Amino acid sequence: MQCFIGIDLGSTTTKAVVMDENLQVLGRGITNSRSNYDTAAKVSKQEALIDTRLTLFRRALADVPGAAGQVDAILADLERNFRHIQFLEQFDDLEATCIGNISGPRFEGIAGAVRDVLEETFRRLRDRSAGLFAPGARRKSDFFRDLAGADFMQVGEAVSKDAGLPFELVLNLYDKSIIEVENRPPAGEMEAKFLRALEAGTMDATTIAAPVQAALAIPLEETYVVGTGYGRVRLPFPKEHIRSEILCHGLGAHMMYPGTRTVLDIGGQDTKGIQVDAQGIVENFQMNDRCAAGCGRYLGYIADEMNMGLHELGPLAMASTKQVRINSTCTVFAGAELRDRLALGEKREDILAGLHRAIILRAMSILSRAGGVKDQFTFTGGVAKNEAAVRELRKLIAENYGDVQINIDPESIYTGALGGATFAARAALN
Amino acid sequence: MSDVVKEPSMLLQKELIARNYDAITSSRETGRKVSSTFVPGNLNELLLCFGIVNNLPEINAIQNGMRKLSGDYIMTAEKSGHSEDVCTYVKADIGMMGKGNIAPNGKPFPNPDVLLLSYTGCYTFMKWFELLREEYKCPTLMLHVPYEGDGQSTKNMRDYIVKQLKEVIIPGLEEVSGVKFDIDRLREALRNSARAEDDLVWVLEQGKRTPSPIDAYFGGVYYIGPIFTAFRGTTDAIDYYTALRAEVQARVDAGQGPLMPDGTTLSEQKYRLVVEGPPNWTHFREFWKMFSDEGAVVVASTYTKVGGMYDLGFRHDPDNPLESLADYCLGCYTNRNLPNRVEILTKYIEEYQADGLLTNSIKSCNSFSAGQLMMMREVEKRTGKPGAFIETDLVDPRYFSAANVKNRLESYFQMIEQKRRGATRAA
Amino acid sequence: MTASTEAIIAHCQALFDDLDFSAARAWKAAEPGRKVVGFLPVYAPLELIHAAGCLPLGIFGGGDRMEVIHGDAFYQSYICRIPRSTVELGLTGRLDFVDGMIFPFVCDVIRNLSGMWKIMFPDVWTKFFDTPQNFDPEVGGAYYAEELQEMREGLERLTGRPVTDAALRTSIALYNENRRLVRAVYDFRAEAPWKAPASEVYLLMRAGLLMPVEEHNEMLAAWLAAASAEDRPRRDNVRIAIYGSFCEQPPLNLIKSIEMAGCYVVEDDYALVNRFLTEDVPADGDPVQALALAYLTHSVETSCKYVPREEDKGRFHIAQIRKARAEGVIYASPSFCDPALLDRPMIAHRLTEAGIPHISFKYAENSGQMQPIREQAGTFADSLKLWS
Repeated sequence: MQCFIGIDLGSTTTKAVVMDENLQVLGRGITNSRSNYDTAAKVSKQEALIDTRLTLFRRALADVPGAAGQVDAILADLERNFRHIQFLEQFDDLEATCIGNISGPRFEGIAGAVRDVLEETFRRLRDRSAGLFAPGARRKSDFFRDLAGADFMQVGEAVSKDAGLPFELVLNLYDKSIIEVENRPPAGEMEAKFLRALEAGTMDATTIAAPVQAALAIPLEETYVVGTGYGRVRLPFPKEHIRSEILCHGLGAHMMYPGTRTVLDIGGQDTKGIQVDAQGIVENFQMNDRCAAGCGRYLGYIADEMNMGLHELGPLAMASTKQVRINSTCTVFAGAELRDRLALGEKREDILAGLHRAIILRAMSILSRAGGVKDQFTFTGGVAKNEAAVRELRKLIAENYGDVQINIDPESIYTGALGGATFAARAALN
Repeated sequence: MSDVVKEPSMLLQKELIARNYDAITSSRETGRKVSSTFVPGNLNELLLCFGIVNNLPEINAIQNGMRKLSGDYIMTAEKSGHSEDVCTYVKADIGMMGKGNIAPNGKPFPNPDVLLLSYTGCYTFMKWFELLREEYKCPTLMLHVPYEGDGQSTKNMRDYIVKQLKEVIIPGLEEVSGVKFDIDRLREALRNSARAEDDLVWVLEQGKRTPSPIDAYFGGVYYIGPIFTAFRGTTDAIDYYTALRAEVQARVDAGQGPLMPDGTTLSEQKYRLVVEGPPNWTHFREFWKMFSDEGAVVVASTYTKVGGMYDLGFRHDPDNPLESLADYCLGCYTNRNLPNRVEILTKYIEEYQADGLLTNSIKSCNSFSAGQLMMMREVEKRTGKPGAFIETDLVDPRYFSAANVKNRLESYFQMIEQKRRGATRAA
Repeated sequence: MTASTEAIIAHCQALFDDLDFSAARAWKAAEPGRKVVGFLPVYAPLELIHAAGCLPLGIFGGGDRMEVIHGDAFYQSYICRIPRSTVELGLTGRLDFVDGMIFPFVCDVIRNLSGMWKIMFPDVWTKFFDTPQNFDPEVGGAYYAEELQEMREGLERLTGRPVTDAALRTSIALYNENRRLVRAVYDFRAEAPWKAPASEVYLLMRAGLLMPVEEHNEMLAAWLAAASAEDRPRRDNVRIAIYGSFCEQPPLNLIKSIEMAGCYVVEDDYALVNRFLTEDVPADGDPVQALALAYLTHSVETSCKYVPREEDKGRFHIAQIRKARAEGVIYASPSFCDPALLDRPMIAHRLTEAGIPHISFKYAENSGQMQPIREQAGTFADSLKLWS
């Protein structure tokens, strides 16, 4: 079948969306952007194609009487097993790479011992890995780097200690190798892995094997790929396959909410205010000026400074009872401002509430610069997931622009890629 | 850097500039007096009357920017206490002093004999020459040109300038040069100016053609060179503009676009832009390429009007010499109020059939930059054409982010393209 | 008059904090036909506005108490703060009762703001006020007198009433009184700075830009009487002068922080307007000529005025420092302030030549972090004590 793919290379994550000729989204994929945009694009595309397969399975299973009422469970099972197989494959690669990297004077005389430690560590981690993919297991992240690294420190250190080797040696090998592995897109045919996942599954294969295999047999043809996002110029694509993220964001928001007229996107490095017409065509846009004050990265600095996870900031800010006024959204001074406030005895949640408001005030200025907010208003980007930011935005939109419908899609991180896929479909179909 | 392809007029200009730098750096041997002065509102014809050589610190800063020297100079000035917030022309100039004050011809600049502070359209000029005066302790002649706050010049403003010319500037230049003022010499120079100005205006107006045979911004900075600097009022300038006009006429006849630095002509023009604001000099060619690679040509710009708005009809007038100098100073682009600047930009978009207004906002230059976002919005409103905004600096290489600028330009061009397609589809 | 300094300052603080300008609105509403004319830093001929029967209203930015949304939309990150908050005041309707706006010559940013105002608020009488940079009475003086005359005519059109010479002379006399009282407050502070905290003097001056001059004169006299009668604890502070703060104003907390860090401010250039002319303007003869001549011959040296002779640069500052017996200078300028920052190296050279210790830092009207300010001012105070 024809697949139209949009890839959005952001500064922190890379997203891909696969669409069919009816402009229906079949699959979405995301990965960390790494230092290698080319790999990030490949990985995100592959992830989106995996997701596409799952969609096709779902469609196939819809007509299978025996699967009625169990489709979600079946698909979840399939995906878990698939992920585990995929993980182990990459994990084997990581082990081999680590062992291959044992060379140089520092390993003289201990290469064998180091190799033993690595093999033992990887063996133990491999045994544990089933737990990561067990039904109901919660994973902080699905990126291989995070999954592989989760227990490595603890297990590797214990094994090294038993062997009387400095853990630092092993850790160095790991650090070097994870980058290499991460920059190699996972090898092997996706279809074969799904078949193995089917075999490893807990469900009754007789009911679902045939429809799943039939869905797997459908060839996914990459009819047209469009790249967008900050890193788009680094994609090895011909020029006509590249669109600016402004255009893709505008169109993506339009696809999600056809009534959209104004779009706000707060990403890691920039904030964009976009006006689109009834067809999703961009009429006007403004981005933050050279200074990245008040962008998503600012929250990242704050999280680092507070030793918290990025996703924990919003909930803490929601607990505030007395918002502190923060006047600077300068990323350079974020830490100093924070320490100054804490030294004055202000509470963390109150400062955080102030910081969220400051970011949204910046965004409001960019919207104002782009010509204001028109009904409907769609908010996208990583910060749209932050409830404290959303709360401030709703307040300020109401104060400044009155009663405006505000759309926030939980999948809004894929807005740019969705626009890209739509452009791809239009380019090929028109 | 690959070799840059130059047109005959560019070679002629290069020779003029080289000759002027030689005149400046050899002034101690030749006994000629040297003045420093600014481009907007410069009184070159008057300096010619006294045989004074004209050295323009803005041009030196541009030269140093294009030759990648300005970054080092700016940091030198900042180390000696100049704020990172202020104009980098000033800091490049002051830093150059700290590094031996070497002219582009490799010889040291002599100290100026007079600072001719023609203070038109830019606050910083006043401080710049106060700073130089502190260094050189030489006579400084202030010509205060009032700002056209209400959108036009008044008799009071004109009288004030003429009076300053008579009471301050002319006597001051007589004293420095030892030459008696001769108004007929001034008239002759003004006559020369007007002839060159006619040809310049003809060249700039060719931007109305499709395809445009000129680039009115990147190419435009070459076209304005002689008339904005030490050559206005000379026969050299007349010759230059005659040659330039012939070159542009040849491209018109051949249906060609402007010549690019790589020797090609930009004849396939996808986007026609009006540009507001000065260019960036440290990455001039890279910046230009971002436009030409996308098939974007600039059909009109405001930067090419900072040293005089001849396209709006002004000519130096030998029959009213001092009054015409006053009118010239008053009418320079940055001495006009914002409503007036909005009108000019709107007119350019319409008359030059542009796809929209691109603002290159310059960190150093508040005279240009403060209010540009409002101007853009207002021009968009009046023309219905979309605007775009990028930020760079004059000669501070730290403030040029190629990825950032390119990203915005591409987004802008694609938006124009998309709107065009949307419009044809709807039609 | 029995008001305490505390009560007077509380009144000033209330006016200062009120970004809706309720007092000025009340003044306007009190009589039909009254007009309010706003002015920005750094100098405007308030006598003319007063003589036209209008209330001159100082618009000195939004301070640190206002969130700026639409004002930021018009300005790049490298432009100072005062035009943003001024635009915000306008766009949020806080200045909807202001009939005229005067944008004095400070720098290109304020200059261009005058044109923006014309576009944004076409019904407001908006004037860019370009004072002369030539100080010859025959040249700059003649030009300036004519500019004043044009402003006078503009005010006449605004109010529909003539501005008579007699009214102008009365206004000049009132403002002479105001200048005398302002100088008296500054002298009092230089004499006994522990009795006149910088933040209080500052509020007293800022409040004066928000009320009729007659009221301010009474207030100044009352404050002087009360302050002289009060006893306040004297601290072991050094005496410093502040320069560079003539346009965008620092937050009040910053002024307090400097004092808390061990510095008595005995001289400053905060909101210069009411000290711009240093002597009485003759209240007889041609009043327009008198105002013009006063500007040319008896006005402060500040960054937005050209200093014709190189040797005179910074001379005014040094004389003021000596007169106020300041031991050092804090050159505190707003970020991105062209006039103050371009002047800074020259003033610093002159201070060094005169053996006057100095430090500098930058602020914005909404600066939130005071710790670095306290540290720098405190270290400076300590070093001055060590040297004395």
